Amino acid sequence: MAAKEERSVWGGAARPVERSQPASESTATLLRELVAHLRQQRTVLREEWARRITEARLLTAMTEEEVFAEATSVYDNYVEALETGTFEALQAYARDLSERIIPRGVETHEVVGIVLLLRDVLARSLFAKYREDFAKLDRILDAYEPAANSIANTVAVGFVQERERVIRQQQEAIRELSTPVLQVRERLLILPIIGVIDPQRARQLTEQLLQAIRTNRAKVVVIDITGVAAMDKAVANHLVQTVEASRLLGATVIVTGLSPEIAQTLVTIGVDLSEMATVGDLQGGIEEAERLLGYQVSDIKEVSQKS
Amino acid sequence: MQVPILKQGSYLIASIQSSLTDSDLCQLRDALVGQVGRFRARGVIIDVTPLDVMDSFAVRTLRDLAHMTRLRGSETVIVGIQPEVAFAMVQLGLTLRGISTALDLEEGLAFLDSRTDEAHGRD
Amino acid sequence: MAETEILVPIDSEVDIISARRHGRDLARSAGFSLGDQTVIATAVSEIARNILMYAKRGEVRFRVVNDGDRCGLIVVAADRGPGIADVDLALQEGHSTAGGLGLGLPGARRLMDDFEIVTAVGEGTAITMRKWRGK
Repeated sequence: MAAKEERSVWGGAARPVERSQPASESTATLLRELVAHLRQQRTVLREEWARRITEARLLTAMTEEEVFAEATSVYDNYVEALETGTFEALQAYARDLSERIIPRGVETHEVVGIVLLLRDVLARSLFAKYREDFAKLDRILDAYEPAANSIANTVAVGFVQERERVIRQQQEAIRELSTPVLQVRERLLILPIIGVIDPQRARQLTEQLLQAIRTNRAKVVVIDITGVAAMDKAVANHLVQTVEASRLLGATVIVTGLSPEIAQTLVTIGVDLSEMATVGDLQGGIEEAERLLGYQVSDIKEVSQKS
Repeated sequence: MQVPILKQGSYLIASIQSSLTDSDLCQLRDALVGQVGRFRARGVIIDVTPLDVMDSFAVRTLRDLAHMTRLRGSETVIVGIQPEVAFAMVQLGLTLRGISTALDLEEGLAFLDSRTDEAHGRD
Repeated sequence: MAETEILVPIDSEVDIISARRHGRDLARSAGFSLGDQTVIATAVSEIARNILMYAKRGEVRFRVVNDGDRCGLIVVAADRGPGIADVDLALQEGHSTAGGLGLGLPGARRLMDDFEIVTAVGEGTAITMRKWRGK
C-alpha cells in the first residue's frame, strides 16, 4: 500500500520542488536547512541506518564493513541529491553500485528496502529536531518527502535497469556460446560465427567443431566470420590453430566473410595465413567446398569408368 | 610394446594399440622404413586412434617416418588423431605440415587409393 | 577436496607415460574438461622427458589447489641434474641441445596457464606449472 502511495508521488517527483510550487523559494530554503542538519548528523544517522539494515537482515550477502562503506556513499549521494535537486550523480552511483552488488546476489527488494530505511531514518531525525515546532516540521516534511521519494525511485529504477542489462548480457552470452555447427550436406559443415569472440569462446568453438568433424565425418568445413566485427591477435592465432587442428582430423577448412578491417588486422599483426584457404563470402565458400567434395567424387567415377 | 604391421594390397598398415614409449616409436619408424622397401609398398597408414597424447617426440618421430618412407617411394597417412589430441598438438605448436592426415582407417585407405590412382593417371 | 600430492619418480621412458597418465587422472577427478586433461598430459609428457634427457632422473609431483572459487592443478618437475645455464635460451622455440624439436619447455609453457623455472647450474632444476580449471 505504501508503495502505491509513493508511486503517485513519483509521477511528478522528477523535480522535487515542483510540488510545492507556490512556496518554492521557501522550499529551497527549507531543503538547505535540512541538508545542513543531515550533514551535521552524518555520523550518527549513517550508523543508525547501517544498524537498521543489519536488523532488517538486508544485504546479507555483504560483510558489515562493506555495508557500512556503501551506506556512507549512499548517504552522501542522497544528501547531495537533496541539496542539488539533480539526480545524475545519484543515478550514476546507483548503476555503479548495482553493477557491484548484482553478481553478489543482492535482490531488488533489498535495494528498495535499504533506501526506504534511509528515508525513514532521516525522517525520524527531522521529526526529533522539529517536533517542538509543528508548523515548521510540516513544511520541512513537505519539502523532504517528494525529494526523498524521487531518490528512492531513482535508485530502485537504476538497480532494476542494471539487473535487466546483466540478464540480457547473460542471455546473449549463452546464445553466442551455442553457435551451431551445421551440416549442410554430407561431409560438409558450416560454422557461422557471430558476435564477439574472446579466447574462451574461441576455444569452445574449436572443441565443438573438432568433435563435429569426427561425428559427421566431415571432409570440408566452411567457417564464416561475416558476423565478427573485430579480431585481435590471440583470436586470429586461434583461428589458424583451428584450421590446423581440423586438418589433423583430415578436414579442409575454408574461411569466408573476412571484413576489410579484419583482413587488415591479420596482415598487420603478421598472422601466418599461408595454410588458410579463404573465399570472399559464404556462398562462394560453399561453392568451393562442393567443388572440393565433388572433385573427389568425379575423380573416382572417372576411375571406375576406366576399369 | 610392439606395433603390429599388416600388409594389405600395396599398403602397410600399422595399428598402434596403446601408449608407446619413445623407444617403441623409434622401433616402429625403423620397422616401417625397412618394410616399405621389402614389400614395395606404395602407401603406409599409421593408425594412432588409441593415443591420448601426441607430444613433440611422437610428432617428430612420425614426421621423420613420413619423410623417410616418401624418400623410399611410399606415401604415409596418419589416421585417427583424436579431436582433443589434435587441439593440444596445435596449441603446443605441432602441425604435421606436409604430412597427410585422415579421419580414420577407411578415409586413409580412400586417400591412398586416390593418390595412387592419380599417379596411375599420369603414367 | 583433499589436497593429496601424487609423486611419480622419473628414471626410464615408461615413467613418462606413467607421469602423464597420473596427471590426466588427477585432472579428470578434479573436473577438468577432456581438452584440458589432454593439454595437461601433453605438457607433463614434455617436462618429464626433459628430466630424462638432461638429468637422467628426477620426479614429477601433482597437486590440486583451490584458490577461492578457482580450482587449479599444479605440476612440479624436479631433478638434481646439470641445471639450465641459459633459461631464456631453453625457453626459445626451436632451441634444443638434445636433438629434439626444441618445443619441450616452450611448448609446455604455452599449454599451461603459469610456468616457472628455478634452476642452478650443477644443482638441478625445478619447473612449476599450473592450469586453472574452466579457463
